[in-house]
Amino acid sequence: MSKKIKAAIIGPGNIGTDLLMKARRSEWIEPVWMVGVEPDSPGLARAREMGLKTTSEGVDGLIPTMKADGVQICFDATSAYVHAANSAKVTAQGALMIDLTPAAIGPYCVPPVNLKDHVGKREMNVNMVTCGGQATIPMVYAVSRVQKVAYGEIVATVSSKSVGPGTRKNIDEFTRTTAGAVERVGGAAEGKAIIVINPAEPPLIMRNTIHCLTEEEPDQAAITRSVHEMVAEVQKYVPGYTLKNGPVFDGKRITVWMEVAGLGDFLPRYAGNLDIMTAAALRTAEMFAEEMDAGRLVL
Amino acid sequence: MSIQGRNVTLHDMCLRDGMHPKRHQISLDEMRSIGRALDEAGVPLIEVTHGDGLGGRSINYGFPCNSDEEYLKAVVGVVKNAKVSALLLPGIGTVDHLKMARDCGIGTIRVATHCTEADVSEQHIGMGAQMGLDTVGFLMMAHMISPEELLVQAKLMESYGANCIYCTDSAGFMLPADVTARIALLRSELKPGTELGFHGHHNMAMGIANSVAAVEAGANRIDGSVAGLGAGAGNTPLEVFVAVLNRMGAEHGVDLFKIMDVAEDLVVPMMDTPVRIDRDALILGYAGVYSSFLLFAQRAAKKYGISSRDILVEMGKRKTVGGQEDMIEDVALDMARAKG
Repeated sequence: MSKKIKAAIIGPGNIGTDLLMKARRSEWIEPVWMVGVEPDSPGLARAREMGLKTTSEGVDGLIPTMKADGVQICFDATSAYVHAANSAKVTAQGALMIDLTPAAIGPYCVPPVNLKDHVGKREMNVNMVTCGGQATIPMVYAVSRVQKVAYGEIVATVSSKSVGPGTRKNIDEFTRTTAGAVERVGGAAEGKAIIVINPAEPPLIMRNTIHCLTEEEPDQAAITRSVHEMVAEVQKYVPGYTLKNGPVFDGKRITVWMEVAGLGDFLPRYAGNLDIMTAAALRTAEMFAEEMDAGRLVL
Repeated sequence: MSIQGRNVTLHDMCLRDGMHPKRHQISLDEMRSIGRALDEAGVPLIEVTHGDGLGGRSINYGFPCNSDEEYLKAVVGVVKNAKVSALLLPGIGTVDHLKMARDCGIGTIRVATHCTEADVSEQHIGMGAQMGLDTVGFLMMAHMISPEELLVQAKLMESYGANCIYCTDSAGFMLPADVTARIALLRSELKPGTELGFHGHHNMAMGIANSVAAVEAGANRIDGSVAGLGAGAGNTPLEVFVAVLNRMGAEHGVDLFKIMDVAEDLVVPMMDTPVRIDRDALILGYAGVYSSFLLFAQRAAKKYGISSRDILVEMGKRKTVGGQEDMIEDVALDMARAKG
């Protein structure tokens, strides 16, 4: 019988609430605090109904009782602007920070690719890259772990309704961060990211196209096998992660077409782009929790 | 309505939209010779970049033979009176590309979004305006929403600092009445100082008629392309539009005979295939599909043994928007599988 690790979620918006609903089903994580800044936030009210302690004083409202309440992992689902301050306060209390904002103070974490490394290195702050990154980098890595990738490019197409005002105000952050992570985590020598927002009704389910150019002629059988294995790996935490077409080989180009449907916990099913963020963040927390439970990670 | 004496600023697209039918393979020498000739013909604005704008270099849209920076420097270096513009689609290009283009000497930045997504352009339009550039908000696929909805998006771009707003018929779907309704509403509701533009595609042969309708309704900037070189069946053929404006008595500053010669002597010989209303281009206009999908659909059709027209119709059914070139091969694979 595992001992669940207690967690706090900072940011009671759509992402934070979806994360809460997923965390409540976790074998490893027990969400105990929801932190907001608006006293009449519906997200805080929902969390209270589910039995969590809440504060509208921001992280400062959490810190005084955080240790006594046994909180060892915090999720930040606020914004890049306040993340640095939140992170400093939380890690000073000895807790781990899982960053769902684009702040990226800590190293990028794409669970099936490099989560084990971060756990091994005892990282205190890990960043979940972007929705497009979570959805596509496993596929770039599925190719690069077979042979060298000279160039990796991802095209993420998301429904208009699933793109919030923060992303819209700084869409460059998405393209830059994702492209950087295609290189650093995906293993491509050069990375490129494109995001397309589609307003169709009913909203389209997130689609992603991943192109890689290998340095040498691609080993088709090995890459195909690697891609299918990676799809199965991501499906462990995002069941709606589906290979629609490919891998198609055209000279040194390899292309796969993915669809990402969410679980429809709090966010609608089409918003697979948001679901994969919350699912990946929870998966990350669970792996840290397993390590703590086994006594391999002591905070 | 008479447009006698009205000033119209003509903006040539053949070195940007024309990159689509050229698969982004226009050479630096071709850029220079056409840029110089357009300048000598009196064209005041010349757009230069990858067909999908700054940063368009990609597997998804095509690798150009030179970088945006090299293209921009080449054309800026040869024009005497014309200003050079660049296109930027947020989600593809970033403000870093904008800074690079500014350093290359562009005078105009055009920030393009799908017609319902203007709010992704705030940082780019804001920066363009702050740099003192002629800053244009470019609302693509404008046939997909009503004039009233288009106005809401146009006002956003205006509020970010755009001094000119475009109604962009990316699919060549609009008929003149559609253009009139949109431009007239924008004209009556946007600030009087905000310029209005129209960008047409000739897929239904409406390029000229739509551009005339736009001017009549209050637009003062019109995009065209010499010899029509552009995506789909091309853009409004600029030399033809100049002739029409001459007959209607509008002021534009372009020399008709010179621009005719640029079309005939420089641009037509450069075409890989004739830019015309073939059945695929017609279906783009008829079904309201993004014009630059044309060659991608034709290539996928050939590769998978299916009809390019069927692919384009399916792209329309899926309500795809500009930039979704990646879905063409996906659709083709689905169709080939269904066919067995």
